[in-house]
Amino acid sequence: MSPGHYLALSAILFTIGGLGVLVRRNAIVVFMCVELMLNATNLAFVTFARMHGKLDGQIIAFFVMVVAAAEVVVGLAIIMTIFRTRRSSSVDDANLLKY
Amino acid sequence: MTAHVIAGQVADAQPGEAFIFWLLAVVSVCAALGMIFMRRAVHSALLLAVVMLSLAALYAVQDAPFLAFVQVIVYTGAVLMLFLFVLMLVGVSSTDSLVETIRGQRLWGAVAALGFLVLLAAGFGNAALGDSAGLKQANAEGNVIGLARLLFTQYVFAFEVTSALLITAALGAMVLAHRERTTPKPTQKDLSVKRFKSAAHPGPLPGPGTYARHNAVDMPALLPDGTPSELSVNPVIAARADTASRHTDLYGESEGDAVTADVAAVQAATGRAEGADAEGRAVVRSTGISEGEAER
Repeated sequence: MSPGHYLALSAILFTIGGLGVLVRRNAIVVFMCVELMLNATNLAFVTFARMHGKLDGQIIAFFVMVVAAAEVVVGLAIIMTIFRTRRSSSVDDANLLKY
Repeated sequence: MTAHVIAGQVADAQPGEAFIFWLLAVVSVCAALGMIFMRRAVHSALLLAVVMLSLAALYAVQDAPFLAFVQVIVYTGAVLMLFLFVLMLVGVSSTDSLVETIRGQRLWGAVAALGFLVLLAAGFGNAALGDSAGLKQANAEGNVIGLARLLFTQYVFAFEVTSALLITAALGAMVLAHRERTTPKPTQKDLSVKRFKSAAHPGPLPGPGTYARHNAVDMPALLPDGTPSELSVNPVIAARADTASRHTDLYGESEGDAVTADVAAVQAATGRAEGADAEGRAVVRSTGISEGEAER
């Protein structure tokens, strides 16, 4: 399989994730779509590592995973806090973050 | 040069790679599409798990076994469990409303996604993607050792910064999830004082009545003067049933009437053993065996 196949799959998954972020309203599902986009970029990084014969791409993918894990923790805590005050996890209801 | 490229291709080729790639590509794209279009958030989370596991397999095919395992452990294990945990806290039945708050949001979202995909495809199409060099040489010592060699030499600063990021994330999650108590926590003494001030019933409430022929919690206990105590049963049960009238056979009438009523109830329930009432009562009177046996 040429790297192009993997990159095409990565692009498709990234686009699906972006579409989900644009279309969905549930904040948790939006967050899952962001995770899908991060996973798609990881696939591209791993493919590039194999293409160039160096492990640097895998290291970058590793760092992306670490950052994604930290982001999930903080993001879900924010979603929980908003849910506690507004009893809703819809992104439409959180249009006044100040209050 | 060509010989080198061909050699690289041959060395790089994985057994059965085409089959695995096409299978997992179809599975992951279908699961990702399903993740978007499922209305229930839990279904989306489970489909995301499918995507992540397929990607882990694709990493393994592409000579990245360490990342494949990290993908399974961190993403499918930890991150997705966190998602499901928050989903359970928020409410499993939470579904998106189908009303569009922005007119034509879905249509324009799809158009934008298609345009972006075309843009990406054009970019990849124009890029000079050579054949993959393969990681046989880089993974000569083993994938984990090769990654560690890079991580602790060239990328050691980024690695240290990552630890700061993780600590910050943990602290941030604790601060955000912390709920401030607005009133001081009542001590045992406070609770006791409050109980006596209310003047309702400071001591423990009486337990429900347990008798020879009734051992359910909906039977009220009898006070010394023979009246049933409504306090002894759960207020929910007391509100639903006339618990006070259940004691008629215990304090209002004779024991024989109670036996007759029980036999009638058993007959009504089973629809047989007619004529057992007189004999049963005679047996009770003559031999003095317990009522439970007479009823049988």
